[in-house]
Amino acid sequence: MIVYDKPHALLDVPLHYCPGCTHGIVHKLVAEVIDELGIEGETIGIAPVGCSVMAYDYFACDMIEAAHGRAPAVATGVKRGDPSKIVFTYQGDGDLASIGMAETVHAAARNENITVIFINNAIYGMTGGQMAPTSLVGQVTQTSPYGRDPKLCGYPIKVCELLSELEGPEYLERVTVNSIPHIRAAKKAIKKAFQNQIAGKGFSLIEVVSSCPTNWGMTPQNALKWIEEKMLPYYPLGVYKDRSANEEGKKE
Amino acid sequence: MAKLTFKTDYCKGCGLCVDVCPKDVLRLAPDKINKKGHHPVEAANPDQCIGCGSCAIMCPDSIIKVER
Repeated sequence: MIVYDKPHALLDVPLHYCPGCTHGIVHKLVAEVIDELGIEGETIGIAPVGCSVMAYDYFACDMIEAAHGRAPAVATGVKRGDPSKIVFTYQGDGDLASIGMAETVHAAARNENITVIFINNAIYGMTGGQMAPTSLVGQVTQTSPYGRDPKLCGYPIKVCELLSELEGPEYLERVTVNSIPHIRAAKKAIKKAFQNQIAGKGFSLIEVVSSCPTNWGMTPQNALKWIEEKMLPYYPLGVYKDRSANEEGKKE
Repeated sequence: MAKLTFKTDYCKGCGLCVDVCPKDVLRLAPDKINKKGHHPVEAANPDQCIGCGSCAIMCPDSIIKVER
């Protein structure tokens, strides 16, 4: 009996990510969900710009590469063009929360029937570790060598909280992947986000609090601890919006 | 008995699987170097493996196959 093997929806190629990068774990979870729902042939993924830009080489489903930050806009077009397809975007914080904030907010406000996987690792990874909109106060990066100063740079953006104020989105949840129980919970959330789309419920966004050992300057093990100690107090896990569940609750 | 298979040449030696193993089955091979230039993971005590699959769930590069 096979307890675990590489999911079918993830191609058998080596990933380019740094050792211990949690992008690989999230790729795996998305691929496992695609396998379990049996939707590999109908799924179209939208890759971002950032570390995960080459996601199109790793997923076995059809993939499109969007301009920086524009993945939700491209996903909108694909989904409206052929509503029978399952469309997901896979974006980092530089892509989704910085240059692509407008597309993200408007796709959520319109309640587009798409699934967004958002990787929040509090730094720009691919370009070499600059401060991101999600970098924590006091966090040392290439462009904040004395730590992020809120007087100069403002405070980090909490995407789930921000979007939860909108009427539009169907489902918003923040998860992390720094331990086995958290990985299992993250998979459940990602599965729900895909199921919402299949049921035609609308915009689902799963924010995954991730690590960047290279640019944080830590070992992979310490990076996972840093998530627990520093990231989670500022980015609390949980469901921020579940419109269908709330409406059912009101009926009762 | 549980069986572990590794795609050794894909391993980047991050060691996350070593940390999550509840039975200390795994280690980074100190005397081996793979194609990528890392010390790859190996099963030091394969007899202790209970086939829980935690290492495979944690592995960012999906190199571990667990059978029971």
